[in-house]
Amino acid sequence: MLNNIYNIFFIPEIFLACSSFVCLLFGLFLKKNAFRQTSNLAVFVLLLTILLVYYDRESNFANYKSLFSHSSFINFFKILALFGSIASIIISKDYFLGIKLKNFEIPVLFLFSTLGMMLMIASNNLMSMYLAIELQSLSLYVAAAIKRDSISSAESGVKYFILGALSSGILLYGFSLIYGFTGSMNFNEISFYLSKYDNLNLGLIFGLVFVMVGLAFKVSAVPFHMWTPDVYEGAPNSITGFFAIVPKIAAVALIYRFCLVPFENFYLEWSQIILFLSIASMFLGAIAAIAQSNIKRLLAYSSIGHIGYILIALVAANDDGIKAASIYMFSYMIMNVAIFAILLSLKVKNEYLINISDLKGLSKSNPIVSLSISIIMLSMAGIPPFIGFFGKFYVFIAAIEQELYVLSVLGVLASVISAFYYLRIIKIMYFDESKSEGIINFQISFQSKIILSLSLFLIICFIFYPSLLINISASLTI
Amino acid sequence: MIDWPLVSVIIFLPLIGALIILFIKEDELTSINIKWAALLTTLGTFILSLILWLQFDYSNPSYQYEEKFRWFDDFNFFYHIGVDGISLFMILLSTFLTPLCILASWNNIKKRVKEYMLSFLFLETVMIGMFASIDILLFYIFFEAVLIPMYLIIGIWGGNRRIYASFKFFLYTLLGSVLMLIAIIVMYRNTSSMSIEFLQGNYFSYNTQLFLWLAFFASFAVKIPMWPFHTWLPDAHVEAPTAGSVILAGVLLKMGGYGFIRFSIGMLPEATEFFIPLIMTLSIVAIVYTSLVALAQTDIKKLIAYSSVAHMGIVTIGIFLVNQQGLEGAMMQMISHGLVSAALFLCVGVIYDRMQTREIEFYGGLVQRMPLYATVFMIFMLGSVGLPGTSGFIGEFLVIVGAFKFSSYVVIGAALGIILSAVYMLYLYKRIIFGTITNNKLADILDINTREKIILIPLAISVILLGIFPNLFLDPMRLSLELIITNYEIANAK
Repeated sequence: MLNNIYNIFFIPEIFLACSSFVCLLFGLFLKKNAFRQTSNLAVFVLLLTILLVYYDRESNFANYKSLFSHSSFINFFKILALFGSIASIIISKDYFLGIKLKNFEIPVLFLFSTLGMMLMIASNNLMSMYLAIELQSLSLYVAAAIKRDSISSAESGVKYFILGALSSGILLYGFSLIYGFTGSMNFNEISFYLSKYDNLNLGLIFGLVFVMVGLAFKVSAVPFHMWTPDVYEGAPNSITGFFAIVPKIAAVALIYRFCLVPFENFYLEWSQIILFLSIASMFLGAIAAIAQSNIKRLLAYSSIGHIGYILIALVAANDDGIKAASIYMFSYMIMNVAIFAILLSLKVKNEYLINISDLKGLSKSNPIVSLSISIIMLSMAGIPPFIGFFGKFYVFIAAIEQELYVLSVLGVLASVISAFYYLRIIKIMYFDESKSEGIINFQISFQSKIILSLSLFLIICFIFYPSLLINISASLTI
Repeated sequence: MIDWPLVSVIIFLPLIGALIILFIKEDELTSINIKWAALLTTLGTFILSLILWLQFDYSNPSYQYEEKFRWFDDFNFFYHIGVDGISLFMILLSTFLTPLCILASWNNIKKRVKEYMLSFLFLETVMIGMFASIDILLFYIFFEAVLIPMYLIIGIWGGNRRIYASFKFFLYTLLGSVLMLIAIIVMYRNTSSMSIEFLQGNYFSYNTQLFLWLAFFASFAVKIPMWPFHTWLPDAHVEAPTAGSVILAGVLLKMGGYGFIRFSIGMLPEATEFFIPLIMTLSIVAIVYTSLVALAQTDIKKLIAYSSVAHMGIVTIGIFLVNQQGLEGAMMQMISHGLVSAALFLCVGVIYDRMQTREIEFYGGLVQRMPLYATVFMIFMLGSVGLPGTSGFIGEFLVIVGAFKFSSYVVIGAALGIILSAVYMLYLYKRIIFGTITNNKLADILDINTREKIILIPLAISVILLGIFPNLFLDPMRLSLELIITNYEIANAK
């Protein structure tokens, strides 16, 4: 236990909060290269935070314990979010410099958002959960609209803000109902209160449904996914990368904890909602992505589809489900980091790549890059031997453990449909003849190259030594 | 026995070759190096697989050369490989055909030689790995990974409608195999084991077996392919480059038959018993229907593709007779078809390389200009028809002998297929080879050159060898097949 007042700085969240302010001041007082230096500092700060999370000190400082929980599951997802954050700051640095968007606030916004996510993952109280979600979302709204002179960026920011605010409102309403009917905001106390009853009363069911809707907005599960493609498309590519990689991790962890901690005894009630969200997300994600010509919209629908699979594991609601979710989330993060690392370095005629059809001829002009994209796409489609297959495999193990046969069959069918659009990208790169060669430039900084190679290495080589990740994820408790 | 991991070396040698090729920079001059590297790797693999055969213990029905390592810590998934009498010849078939494929594409693949060779070497690794797997998860990973190189081979180096064909191939077969994934997980959940050897002990209740059987059927029936799931095959064959067709017909179709023997009969005997009438009906329809369709084709490759479906119908009949003659016949028919259809596709490739067309009407009277070609083509054509003395005869004969024990209607169906195969193959041969040259473009067509001789003559020799000394091949597989039949009979006698 911590007695010394200085030790509170070793609580990862507090450390990150303080360091974020330091970063902000640091960027403010720097004259030259403010963006680059602040980004580097932000990466350093996040690395230190990972260490602190890893060394994992429990703290009882200022009622901390009742607001925030503490478990291996939470730490795993925190570390995942932090790594995602680091990776997306590093891979987006050159992109921001390339489009002359040098506001040093961007890494600071990422830091604040990451802080919000860490709190979200750990929150054990409806109030702290709401505040964490707001901290995370507000930073992201600003980030989406950061390119002030671009209409699409502003539009995406406003869209995100309005829909996000709406979902927060719904969420808050749900919270108030739950609080009203149980008399507590603490997850464990709600759980304890509910354990006395066999079924939920009408007010609580309403509360549960509202909260589920709000959370479905955050993870962008169908039918609350509308904002995702638009925001992905409008925001600058690197911000899209951040959106795709990190907030999903936190939101997934949150939805898991919300279902499995306060409402663990009412599986039947919430699992129906999740079941529907899961099936709808898988199929809509798979079918809507087919017609996309914009790579960012395609990735948006692809992420919606992935969320569907993660929700299968939540419907399974067993230890295997938690394991599957952590493995799937890990693979999701790795694959997205890899694909965005490539997208943020590809230029077509001095413009960053947006249209899928511009990938034509890439396999001739840059065989290594197109091979990497193909591997990532096959992995996302869940074709063995890449990591994406194992994510799906574990999800189906969890589902079948719970005898969810129909859901698993629907899941694999959706994965076949989604294979079509992943293959389409490979087709464009390899099968289509292109007349104009050499218009695609691939320029990548040394640091992004390391991130890219590392994630590709994990995608390809996971099969050789899967036990490393699997042992960690098997030991997670919610 | 050999104390080094021979099977692992055979599986991963092509992959190592592929890694080496990855680092050869491709341009006009070095593409020949790439070809040589690929050829030597695959030849090395073939020689190693011959050692596998020579050292094989005929008196042991179970797996030999086993290697087993823990792979996943949380579940009982192992890197568990080995070879028994059934997989031995499948592996030999893969390692034998791959170098021939690389030779066959020596001159006619001009673009992206590096990627082409990489695909073939990766394909060889996953094919061998699939046949050598004793762990089902490992099997499944290899089984699906086959799609990746094949998709690229059809899509990049294929014909005009290659994109359609490659997507159809990929999605069709993927749809079948994902259901198998669910079945595999259900099996694991019931038994906590993924070992093919262990699961061949009838552990599932009758109803579970029925569902599992259907899931496996979905994947293998698409792969082998059975009527009415065969529609991807003619497209894929016609659009694939010659070597792609060779591997597709020679090895990939056998994955379905292999799966039926290992999984459907081996693990789900009671369900198999229940579904035998379905299989027999579908097989007979396939034989008669696709033979008639083959008769009407104008494209040589498409004709051979449909004949493959018909021949695979005989294989499925043989497998699901579940008696010694039937299974041996099915195995022989698979090996024979692997050699004969591969050779026929190579023969089509020979004239396609010269004339850039596969229309039957375009040709005629080739015997005048290409006597050697006419001879080897005749050997393979007769092998396909099933003339005594060629490999095709042994398989068809054994299947028919086995079928008499089951039902004479099946015999009639199978025999009808054999007659029809003689009709369409001889008719094809007559139209292409015999007569006088009527098409002026054929006036100076050249006979097969040395490279093509090197490809075709080993195939011709093995087709005849298989026909004259079938025991060379039947002896190693006999005990393994007996084991499966005994298991099946014990389970159904209960």
